[in-house]
Amino acid sequence: MGTFYTVHFWLFSALAIVAALAMVTRRNPVAAALWLVNVMFALAALYVMLGAHFLGAAQVLVYAGAIMVVFVFVVMLLNLGENDVQERRSMGAAAASSLLGGVLAAELLYVIRSQPLNDSVLQPVDNDAMAPMANSLFTENLVAFEVTSVLLLVAVIGAVVLAKRGKVAGEART
Amino acid sequence: MNGLRAASLDLGTLLLPEIMLSVGAMFVLLYGVFAPEGVVSTRRAHLLAIVVTLATAAAAAMLANQAAPLGAASGPLAWDGFRWASVAVILLGVLGSLVMAMEYNEGAALSAPEPPALVLFSATGMLLLVGSRDLMLIFLGIELMSLAIYVLTGLDRSRAGSAEAALKYFLLGAFSTGFLLYGMALVYGATGTTNLTQMAAVIESRTLGTDPLLVGGLALLFVGFSFKVAAVPFHMWTPDVYEGAPTPYTAFMAAGVKTAAFAAFARLLLDGLGPAYASWHYAAWVLAAVTMVVGNVLALAQQNVKRMLAYSSIAHAGYLLVAITSRSADGVASLVFYSLAYTLATIGSYCVLSIVSGGIEKRTRLTDLAGLARTRPALATAMAVFMLSLLGFPVAGGMGFFAKWYILRAALNSPTPQIKLAVIFVLASVVSAGYYLGVITTMFMKPPADDALPSRGVDARLTGGVVAVAAVLLLFLGVYPSPAVRWARASTMPMSPARAVAAPTPMQALAPVNSQPMLP
Repeated sequence: MGTFYTVHFWLFSALAIVAALAMVTRRNPVAAALWLVNVMFALAALYVMLGAHFLGAAQVLVYAGAIMVVFVFVVMLLNLGENDVQERRSMGAAAASSLLGGVLAAELLYVIRSQPLNDSVLQPVDNDAMAPMANSLFTENLVAFEVTSVLLLVAVIGAVVLAKRGKVAGEART
Repeated sequence: MNGLRAASLDLGTLLLPEIMLSVGAMFVLLYGVFAPEGVVSTRRAHLLAIVVTLATAAAAAMLANQAAPLGAASGPLAWDGFRWASVAVILLGVLGSLVMAMEYNEGAALSAPEPPALVLFSATGMLLLVGSRDLMLIFLGIELMSLAIYVLTGLDRSRAGSAEAALKYFLLGAFSTGFLLYGMALVYGATGTTNLTQMAAVIESRTLGTDPLLVGGLALLFVGFSFKVAAVPFHMWTPDVYEGAPTPYTAFMAAGVKTAAFAAFARLLLDGLGPAYASWHYAAWVLAAVTMVVGNVLALAQQNVKRMLAYSSIAHAGYLLVAITSRSADGVASLVFYSLAYTLATIGSYCVLSIVSGGIEKRTRLTDLAGLARTRPALATAMAVFMLSLLGFPVAGGMGFFAKWYILRAALNSPTPQIKLAVIFVLASVVSAGYYLGVITTMFMKPPADDALPSRGVDARLTGGVVAVAAVLLLFLGVYPSPAVRWARASTMPMSPARAVAAPTPMQALAPVNSQPMLP
């Protein structure tokens, strides 16, 4: 395990923890959501360092990308301000989230205890997970892959049609 | 490196109709980019889409007579009579609704080249749905089909009803997709494969028929598909969406989505999950019975013809479920035959509505049809044929009678005879006479409403042509059904396990050899 690896491991771990703490303490929901993006990116980096390249890429695409956009979209849609968030923070919610967090921490501790953490766990695994995945995607599931692209095209056209139609219909009525 | 696997499937041939339709849709879109905005371009875009559909139909007809290409026997794409027959029925529906839409959209705020392209994309999804033998492709086909239809439903932004229908359909559709996907995931978890052929083999060899994981997946699949085919109790969206959508797209939805979703449902249940028949038989039975009864009873109370036809389409989902429940080659043939009769009658009656209402959606109440026999006798006669066909009336109802009769026979001749279901089927059909005949008495016996219909002045000659063709075809095939029967019998689908069926039914014995048994 080289120094380079160690430095980056601690760097991204610290980033993930700090960003997670910052996320739960923010009062502005948009700021909290952006800190969550930081957590996701830091975790993605850790995944990549552990040799799980695809998981890292999917983490960035799905969580840091798509899910976060939805989060921010909902926040904007509901127009949540700081006050709303304050009001929603009740004792019950705090207790429930501490309980869930506690359960998760206990689980993780148990796993780590039962399998002592040594250097081999932190070593990047040298398995080339990408090749079989790409192979399956572009041979066995080629049709599904291509149909997905048509599906996305339809989604884009549909969004444009609905957005544009409103304007044209309005003009036609006036 | 592993190019062999890709080459072992002749995808270009296997997917030719789907490729033609989707590439054609892209051409229609490109035409829209370069053509000036206006009525003429809209008409041309629709014409282009019609040409694409016709070319696809010709290609499918050519492929149907060819031997299956390499890798079609157990691959993700089927190559059997059932696929080609369903493709033909769907393309018929696409053609009818495109012609209707071409004239409907003229002058409306809908004039744009995108709607015909979306219809073609949706049709691509439908064709994929009827041809795929893989859960993943079935899911993508459903999504491709539905996504384009959500947009088509909400196309008319000048009416609140259209937007409401689109939102309702989209939200509920997305929700039901969740059920569908979860069900597929559980079925995959239980069997370890998404390929229907392998799935049937795995279920049979490991006797997974009552495995809780598989049964749970089956239940969720039933929920998802019931929503798509509008079976009770997952039918709530249907009347609102059918009423709110622009009439041509309602017709497209009623005819195409039903045929495609039922074809996929039948293939999934009879082929992939056939060995688990004991687990899903009762669910399908109850679903069919409840759907037939509730759909027909609720249709009696409707004052708007579009809503009435929506409830009638729910009832027809029940009839088609009877065909699936009987699980025999007979049942599959009757499913295809019924889809053809239903598509012709549905497209025809929505065309009549589109003409009578003059493109004004509010004018689709039952009272707006009053006295039609005096003002437009030919139109009223055609509508009467469609109504009688949906009812299943002999001779005057044309093909509709034989369609119902074949389903009934399939139910009674099934390896596990569905006598009670057949009784409910007949009784429900009798109830449906209440509203189908109500339309006819309104047209022929009531005086025309005193306020003359302020038509939008849209030329509807081609829509009238679709009405004529549909009515003549229905009557012709009612008098001389042998070609359609032969065609439906040829539309076999590999069903597993064939050996578990006690004795071959007469139709199985008559089935031509081009059906390929998939299990060794």
